[in-house]
Amino acid sequence: MHITRRTLGTAVLVLALGGLFAGCSSTKLDEAPVENRNVPADGAAATGAGKGAGGSGTAQSSVATVDLPKSGAGAAGAALAQRVVYFDFDSFVVKDEYRPMIEAHSKVLSTNRGKRMMLEGHTDERGGREYNLALGQKRAEAVLKTMVLLGVQDNQLEAVSFGEEKPAVQGSDEAAWAKNRRVELKDK
Amino acid sequence: MAQFRVEITGIGGTQIPVAVATFRDEDKAPQPVSAIVRADLQRSGLFRIVDAPGSFDEGSRIIIPEWRARGADALAVGSVSRLADGRFDVRYKLWDLVKAEELLGQSNAALPADMRLAAHRIADSIYQKLTGERGVFSTRIAYVTLAANRYALHVTDADGEGGQIALASPDPIISPAWSPDGKELAYVSFESQKAVVWVQDIASGKRRMLANFRGSNSAPAWSPDGRDLALTLSRDAVAQLYLISRDGGTPRRLTSSSAIDTEPVFTPDGRQIFFVSDRGGGPQIYRMPAAGGNAERVTFSGNYNISPAISPDGRVLAYITRQGSSFKVMVQELAGGSPAAITDTSDDESPSFAPNGRLLVYASRAQGRDVLMTTTLDGKIKSRLLTTGADMREPAWGPFGR
Repeated sequence: MHITRRTLGTAVLVLALGGLFAGCSSTKLDEAPVENRNVPADGAAATGAGKGAGGSGTAQSSVATVDLPKSGAGAAGAALAQRVVYFDFDSFVVKDEYRPMIEAHSKVLSTNRGKRMMLEGHTDERGGREYNLALGQKRAEAVLKTMVLLGVQDNQLEAVSFGEEKPAVQGSDEAAWAKNRRVELKDK
Repeated sequence: MAQFRVEITGIGGTQIPVAVATFRDEDKAPQPVSAIVRADLQRSGLFRIVDAPGSFDEGSRIIIPEWRARGADALAVGSVSRLADGRFDVRYKLWDLVKAEELLGQSNAALPADMRLAAHRIADSIYQKLTGERGVFSTRIAYVTLAANRYALHVTDADGEGGQIALASPDPIISPAWSPDGKELAYVSFESQKAVVWVQDIASGKRRMLANFRGSNSAPAWSPDGRDLALTLSRDAVAQLYLISRDGGTPRRLTSSSAIDTEPVFTPDGRQIFFVSDRGGGPQIYRMPAAGGNAERVTFSGNYNISPAISPDGRVLAYITRQGSSFKVMVQELAGGSPAAITDTSDDESPSFAPNGRLLVYASRAQGRDVLMTTTLDGKIKSRLLTTGADMREPAWGPFGR
């Protein structure tokens, strides 16, 4: 019974999150977003399976490897090791692929009320410095709201922005810009 | 030791031909006075410099036909002499060669460290006498450089020379803003790993934290009476406008939108605030009463208009627009003119008016560097403030006083 209740609780939480992440998409600006180049972690395995099935001259003894992440504490540890949420152009939507990571960090904060985090928003280099500072703030606030809904107390978090001032990657092409549109989760 | 050179592009309409003779004994002073005066007049675009060979001072007998034959309409002559207290006495005379009369005769004692200022003031006097308008050569410009991962907030003469560093930091500095009396700079520093607004006394270097609330604190703008600053805070929402006393304290919220409101700037009469908001989708420029209230949209062409600046007479709005992937300085008469692009560059930022309203300084990109440019409001005469090695951005033109 105890296990069932826990599972049910998790399911409700996941549903609530699904609504939350979808709800964020209303904050888009009028600019068309550029193509998302962030490939989900499971994309490689799916591509490998497709090639094996559809290729005409595939050897019959070929075996496609599916590499599962470690279960339990290991998976949480991997998620906790991630600390950057990337965003599409002119977007403040926290994408689903960052959900495990944000959940893992939120869980640590929820069970440790003395712990605090800074959420640092950043933009790419295009546009004005002050407007970009506000856009970076909006991204950081989007992550903050997500974590508060996951049970983190508001006073454990501070959303701040560096705008375009601290790019993670130098360069003036989409590859660099995509790495710079981000929120970094930092222990305070 | 000149840090800057001035490159001028474009041709003005009428240029006054003026000769400025080398001042007697100026080589004994720490600055080349007459050379500074010549460069100032040339950069304004309103003068053509005529050669002035020979030795003259303010007491020399001027043979007017000889100077007319060189093509000069006006002539400045002068001298520099060291006083017993260590200061330098700078004297000069300005001749109107067309009317054959003396226009100006002045004598000023200056400290060695103020010799550039003394020269700029002579250029201002000549400019005002010959054009009828106030000159801006003795004003100052603040800007930020980035070199070798170090940021520095500089204060230089309006010609970009005589530069001194007000703040050096390993962290970014943005949005410098001059107090109306020219004695203080407000700016945003990220030294505490978030955006905090500081105010610094320029002469003493003494500084105080003006706004360090939860979230980001940015975009300071002084009220014309110098008593308050408008700024952007994210303490209650993502980015909203507030008013705070120059001495700090509790800020009063000016906007209550669900969008980004930022980059406030007061009109010169202090009655209105222009600002940027994306309440309509993309960022546009709006105006509202200085105490807050109903906002009215000002820019309508394009879907990205930011960084408003208002001319000192309150008549002209300068701002940055996005056209495709380009960002350009635009100028628009507030009484109902259409916006005009005045640059041929594509990465323009941060326009700021000279206190006489004749020039704008702005940041741009050229040959892979961040550079500062000045331009006349019609875009016809531009000069680039060159430096060695550092990227330059965030220019703010100071007021007449200092």
